[in-house]
Amino acid sequence: MSQKTDFFKKAGSFLFDNKVMIAFAAICLAAIVLSGSPMTFIVDGVFTRITRNTFTVLALIIPVLAGLGLNFGIVIGAIAAQIAVFCVVYWGLGGFGGMLLSVLIATPLAVLFGYLVGKLFNRMKGAEMIAGLILGYFADGLYQLLFLVIIGGVIPVNNPKLIISGGVGVKNTIDLTGNLKYAIDSVRMVDIVTVVFYVVLAVTLIKVILHLLKKYQLNKGDFIFFGIVGLLFGISYIPVVEKFLSTDRLILLDALTAVLIVLAILQLIKIVRSIWIDKEPLKTLVKPIVTLLVYGLIYALTFIPEIEEVLSYVKLPVLPFLLIAGLCWFNQKILSTRLGQNMRTVGQSQSVAMASGIDVDKTRVIAMIISTVLASWGQLIFLQNIGTFSTYGAHTQIAQFAIAALLVGGASVQKATNKQAIIGVILFHTLFIVAPEAGKQLFDNAQIGEYFRVFVSYGVIALSLAMHAWTQFKKEVQPPTGGADLEIPALPAVTVKQQTLK
Amino acid sequence: MKTIKDIYENIGLPRLIIGVFFIFLVVVSIVLGFSPAALFSDVVRRWLMYGTLVLAMVPGIQSGIGLNFGVSLGISAGLLGSVFAMEISFLRNWNEVLGAGAPWLTLLLALLFGIIMAAILGTLYGLLLNRVKGSEMTVSTYVGFSVIAFMNIVWLSLAFKNGELSWPLQGQGLRNTASLSGSFGGLLSNPDVVQSTQPAWLQWLAFKIGDFTLPLGLILVFALLCFSVWLFFRSKLGIAMSGAGENQLFTTSSGIDVDRKRIQGTAISTVLGAIGIILYAQTYGFLQLYNAPLMMGFASVASILIGGASVRRAKISHVLIGTLLFQGILVTALPVVNEVIEIGTLPEVLRIIISNGIILYALSKTKGGNQ
Repeated sequence: MSQKTDFFKKAGSFLFDNKVMIAFAAICLAAIVLSGSPMTFIVDGVFTRITRNTFTVLALIIPVLAGLGLNFGIVIGAIAAQIAVFCVVYWGLGGFGGMLLSVLIATPLAVLFGYLVGKLFNRMKGAEMIAGLILGYFADGLYQLLFLVIIGGVIPVNNPKLIISGGVGVKNTIDLTGNLKYAIDSVRMVDIVTVVFYVVLAVTLIKVILHLLKKYQLNKGDFIFFGIVGLLFGISYIPVVEKFLSTDRLILLDALTAVLIVLAILQLIKIVRSIWIDKEPLKTLVKPIVTLLVYGLIYALTFIPEIEEVLSYVKLPVLPFLLIAGLCWFNQKILSTRLGQNMRTVGQSQSVAMASGIDVDKTRVIAMIISTVLASWGQLIFLQNIGTFSTYGAHTQIAQFAIAALLVGGASVQKATNKQAIIGVILFHTLFIVAPEAGKQLFDNAQIGEYFRVFVSYGVIALSLAMHAWTQFKKEVQPPTGGADLEIPALPAVTVKQQTLK
Repeated sequence: MKTIKDIYENIGLPRLIIGVFFIFLVVVSIVLGFSPAALFSDVVRRWLMYGTLVLAMVPGIQSGIGLNFGVSLGISAGLLGSVFAMEISFLRNWNEVLGAGAPWLTLLLALLFGIIMAAILGTLYGLLLNRVKGSEMTVSTYVGFSVIAFMNIVWLSLAFKNGELSWPLQGQGLRNTASLSGSFGGLLSNPDVVQSTQPAWLQWLAFKIGDFTLPLGLILVFALLCFSVWLFFRSKLGIAMSGAGENQLFTTSSGIDVDRKRIQGTAISTVLGAIGIILYAQTYGFLQLYNAPLMMGFASVASILIGGASVRRAKISHVLIGTLLFQGILVTALPVVNEVIEIGTLPEVLRIIISNGIILYALSKTKGGNQ
């Protein structure tokens, strides 16, 4: 009986904690049904948009962690990326090398911008979000000044493809076809495997040298890791595998199968470990075995013709997804470092952080720098995937959409995770794809659906900011446990009274 | 020496820079051979066009909700009032029945509808802002954006008969910009309109002195609005409201209901926003629907800050000076820039940089103090 109520309680709190996400999922589902678009179209569109946007959304997580709220300032990171892209296109470079050069130009710019933004935010503590929003517009103005007036007007630039016919100012759109388009997407898997192998080889060699110099203790893990990577590298020379790996796109069905196999192997290792090494009671095996069965079930589902059709229609570019996975890993790992812990403390209470000797201002600036750099890389991924660089429009909505997506996933001003970011991107962009068609079916006007999704993206931000401010305000009015802020000034008064009584 | 420093501190650096820049632009444009009369007509016209929208910031700031980016709410109410009034005027065929009185009645009806809706919306909005104390600006910005986005859906679904408003041959949805030339456009400010439609005894509303256009009607209306707001903040209610904005604890202890005052301040600000957009449309001659009012709140906020207001204090003089400087720069910059470097978009870029720069500056001033 008690277990039952416990379950209901859990389910209830799950529903309550995820209310935004669940409500949004319901809207998405309704819109999908209404639109009547084929699933292949929707899933393909969603995955394209995941490729483009997830990296930028993930760039928002660290500032939330450090208590800076939702970083509307990522626009500035995007601007850094766009300056780099312009330079690279102007110099006539392209391909993966051109992309690397863009990264090399964009990163120091983003570090500088992030540093300045961080400094500014330190002057406006408590108003970071509104400041970030205005700063985004301000930076947009400076960007327009640079691209419309200074390029061509002050710096002589001669390139009829890029410059408005009068000779001053950059054209509205820059075509990236033939230079940077798909520069990241079209990297072949076999190249990725090769590069990873040589990097791991180099790292292991350095470790061995350090070991011989007695500055580093090699352990078993290092060799096992190297062994696995080496094995994979060896496998990639088997002709069948090599042929499979020499493409740059992965069919979703294959990707899903591969992910399921890897996850299943991990679970199997867990089971083997708990039986033969840790010798735990059999009861603990229930969970991994159930998980394995679920994986099996998911794989079985892929044999349903409809699902199989969708899964084998969608093709994923490999490297962007690896980069996204890498950023998820980074966001997770930074929590266990010293810096991450400091950020967390600063995010929870600046006074506590200050008291425990953390340089609050510096930590906040670092968080801003990381976020701005990540946002600039995210913009590079976005631009190379979309293939046309809209000079004056590509960056203006980026903060708006990224933040709305993150909030839709169930994040708040104070808490955001990788999972919420990814779920948010999927839900938000599903609505983006199906809303026009759903509007057409429902109101006989596709434009209404389009306006509806804009309304939703503004509305969800307004709602979650209001809800956050509301709870903050309640906390301030009725301090839950004593209320440190109110009690501190009261203390001296009491002591004075006691002294006079004595 | 001390007095000069005092004057400098009173004016403040940004206002000084922008003021000097404005004077510089005026001098350059006169040197370049532009007619000063035509130039100043334009400046005065734009000054009055945006004046009321900027005036709407005063009650918001004074009652303590800060810079009211959510004035879009009032703007939407005003636009809705205008389109309803125009539709009624069309359905009742006022132009033929009433003749010269038709635009007046349409204007009054638009104002009436706008004010009622703005008062209701403003009160609700005030209730919301009382629950988010401390983050009013962030919340109000996004409430403003959401309202505009929501109104886009409304504009698109309204099915009006008036051909000036709706797209031809569609039966649903309003135009992006609706011309007011057949209605109340230019009624108070355009000499040509006044001459051709109004009787002789109303010719004083707008007339020309040489090249200079004097929109006397609009000046009177704007002056009346400024005077009412000025008077209001000298009444008991207004003083209590300023008190609520200045020091919440003190005001509460003297028996004033702070939350109530904030709601009233927000509602008045919203109503002024509604009046402001109707006067704006009247002067401009067009009703701008859809996304056109999205950033108007920002322009209003920037104007009053340029005038010398802070996030906590604002006066009528700030409205007048700020709007004159901000709009003056935009008006004079365009011909000067066109003459010198032929980059038509530069004034727009300048507008973005100046307006957002000044808001950022004001924010850093207030929040920097209480670290």
